[in-house]
Amino acid sequence: MGARNPDIAPGRLPAAQVERNFADLHPPLSKSEALIAADRCYFCYAAPCTAACPTGIDIPRFIQSIRSGDLEGAAVAILSENVMGGMCARVCPTEVLCEQACVRNAHEEKPVDIGLLQRHATDPFLASGKQLFPRAPATGHRVAVVGGGPAGLSCAHRLAMLGHSVTVYSRDDRLGGLNEYGIAAYKTVDDFAQREVEWILGIGGIEVKTGVALGRDLSLAQLCRGYDAVFLAVGLAGVNRLGLEHEELPGVVDAVQFIAGLRQAPDRSAIPVGRHVVVIGGGMTAIDVAVQCRRLGSEEVTIVYRRGREQMGASEFEQQLAQTDGVRIRHWARPVRLVGTEHVTRIEFEGTRPGSDGRLEGTGETFALAADVVFKAIGQEMDWEGLGATSAVLEIADGRIRVDADRKTSLDNVWAGGDCVAGGKDLTVTAVQDGKLAAESIDRWLRSGRAS
Amino acid sequence: MTKPGNGAVDLACEFLGIRSPNPFWLASAPPTDKAYNVNRAFEAGWGGVVWKTLGEDPPIVNVSGPRYGAIHSNDRRVIGFNNVELITDRPLATNLAEIRQVKRDWPDRALVVSVMLPMNREAWAKYVPMIEDTGADALELNFGCPHGMSERGMGSAVGQVPDYIRQAAEWCKAVARIPVIVKLTPNVTSILPPAKAAKDGGADAVSLINTVNSIMRVDYDTLTMYPSTDGMGSHGGYCGPAVKPIALHMVAEIARHEDTAGLPISGIGGVTDWRDAVDFLALGASNVQVCTAAMVYGFKIIDDLRSGLSHFLRDKGMTKVSDLVGRAVPSVTDWQYLNLNYVVKARIDQDLCIQCGRCHIACEDASHQAITHTVNGERRFEVIDAECVGCNLCVSVCPVPDCITMVQLTTGTDPRTGKPIDDRKSDWTTHPNNPLRRCPP
Repeated sequence: MGARNPDIAPGRLPAAQVERNFADLHPPLSKSEALIAADRCYFCYAAPCTAACPTGIDIPRFIQSIRSGDLEGAAVAILSENVMGGMCARVCPTEVLCEQACVRNAHEEKPVDIGLLQRHATDPFLASGKQLFPRAPATGHRVAVVGGGPAGLSCAHRLAMLGHSVTVYSRDDRLGGLNEYGIAAYKTVDDFAQREVEWILGIGGIEVKTGVALGRDLSLAQLCRGYDAVFLAVGLAGVNRLGLEHEELPGVVDAVQFIAGLRQAPDRSAIPVGRHVVVIGGGMTAIDVAVQCRRLGSEEVTIVYRRGREQMGASEFEQQLAQTDGVRIRHWARPVRLVGTEHVTRIEFEGTRPGSDGRLEGTGETFALAADVVFKAIGQEMDWEGLGATSAVLEIADGRIRVDADRKTSLDNVWAGGDCVAGGKDLTVTAVQDGKLAAESIDRWLRSGRAS
Repeated sequence: MTKPGNGAVDLACEFLGIRSPNPFWLASAPPTDKAYNVNRAFEAGWGGVVWKTLGEDPPIVNVSGPRYGAIHSNDRRVIGFNNVELITDRPLATNLAEIRQVKRDWPDRALVVSVMLPMNREAWAKYVPMIEDTGADALELNFGCPHGMSERGMGSAVGQVPDYIRQAAEWCKAVARIPVIVKLTPNVTSILPPAKAAKDGGADAVSLINTVNSIMRVDYDTLTMYPSTDGMGSHGGYCGPAVKPIALHMVAEIARHEDTAGLPISGIGGVTDWRDAVDFLALGASNVQVCTAAMVYGFKIIDDLRSGLSHFLRDKGMTKVSDLVGRAVPSVTDWQYLNLNYVVKARIDQDLCIQCGRCHIACEDASHQAITHTVNGERRFEVIDAECVGCNLCVSVCPVPDCITMVQLTTGTDPRTGKPIDDRKSDWTTHPNNPLRRCPP
């Protein structure tokens, strides 16, 4: 195969088509649809859906309020457990959480539309900005939150509610973390992530400092000195490498970076995309980048994953979404060689199978895919280097920060949550829960007088 | 109009000698107000109509505000319905001319005319012959409407006083040559005295129920009664699926009591599908009248009513509608005669159970703490026989048909009472706790 010029260009589809392709993936329910959907809830005892929700939202209770027309009651029930109930209604993999647990599945294989109902209940308050939670009297305690993503904002909101004053430090210019920079655009249209951030900050008592990175602009030691408690929610700033030669070739791109650029682009049809795109990975990020490339007009998009369908991090629904959008998914293959001189043109794979010890082994068979762009979507990792001395003082587990059930770290006045802690699921909803639990633990700790 | 399936039973029947191709009549109400609607109903396949109530000339006037209100399920099914519409507001001559023409055009259908007149003999003597002259098959005396007309001493104001019912029925019968049906109001403590009064006054049959006194709700914005006319509301007549049980009870009472048994009954109240008709017929009605369902869904519902009833009769081995009439009446009795030795326990089919837990929480919070929520650490709902009183609450709240059933204990001991199961019948009349007990036979 001879050298080929990479075919990467904007405007593969008419702008209007791109707009349609990036419309709301799950349009909101109308009032009538919501009432009918709500009527399907059986109001279960000790409801399995609630048990399946990482934030423990009392789902039958909020659906009952939708049914009765008390949307505010529904919104309070949702947002008191999950302050990002609006975003989670959009991005939660409900098909493996609440909706998978719905007893309607046993009855008729169609769960109650919990996610859409949750959106129906919360949207009006996010739109109007009406605050639903009062703040407790000021305690005089000050808490630093590092990171403006779901875990950080959840913690900040709950702390503010409990009467503490909070400073949120964000590396990025805009708050929201992966809600703002990391989720497929068609899952959160109309700048919803920012509207949600504004609503959360609207409770008051939260100071925001953007463009400040832990390790670069301030140290954990400084924070511990300056505040009564610290919550770390720095996320995963590092991207896993393929570990192949030529990985620095132009055209070999971090999927997260591309998704972030797409989310911030004023005009999506102006984003250059490859004609032949290969995505390495099997999680939500792989699906998000693959589908968005197709929706921008890439001709051929192939996801290659080293294991089988069942092992993919992306849910069944996400996999189907990709395939419906014309993305090809190839299982049981791993990249072995990136080909190109000035730009990547091709990527070669070797077939894989589970070895006797469960670890992957190569089959020896190879194949190659033409690629104008190769996206790396094989996960993210802690950027310990960037965090400077932080790693030296914190206990680590599995490459991330070790925390207890209250999300407290090995340090007396430091808590952590979100993707940067060990043992999590790397979901928005679990990050929100981390922030909430940490805030409650911090509150108990502060009120116990143990803070010096 | 669709035809019923194979081997379906012919639904042709008679009521007071009036033949109709099926037992489904439209009740006296807005759907039978004029020839246009009635022609459409007959084209759709209805067996008969009771023409909307005629009164004296000049006709009454209706409000121009809302006449109807409804209670909805969340998917906007109408469960209960109410109205403040009065009797016909069209000139008598117009109605009579249309009735005459319709009867001529549809000789095989039942055409009964509802009438409401003041409590004086002259009115009856004057108007009844005019109506009969149209060729109508029968008269139905409206002693039922609880709103508006009752304020003028008619409708339920008559139906609530047995002496008035008897008197008016007598006046009518004195001049009528065609059969007379008395339509009863449910707004009474017992339906038996009004039914007996109708019979004593010479009525050939009764029809019931008319609507129930009701206020639908308030307007949550204005905190006034809803619906309202210029900010004010007046109670209306309640009907639709919600009132069926009230109607069934009254029909059965008339059918089973000595004084009234045998009096032909036209059953009315919430009939929406053919199963509702089975209820009325089995409890003693000879045919049924329908209004709300037709107002909500249109005349096309007659297709389901006809085919469903026809298939049901066939599957029960019955050959005509009258085979079904009254079949369930012997099973209706007074509480004091219920067998206190009959013991049932709930049984939950674990294969059908979807684990919603509603049986548990209903029993736990509101009944006898007789259903588990956890067994050996697993979410599991099982009946605790030692606590189960057989009340049927779990069956009522379970969302899965046939998942919970009540099973009779016929041998051994009732784990709840510790007493042996006694297969002899024993009721309150002879129970030792009853201070007024009779000696056992």
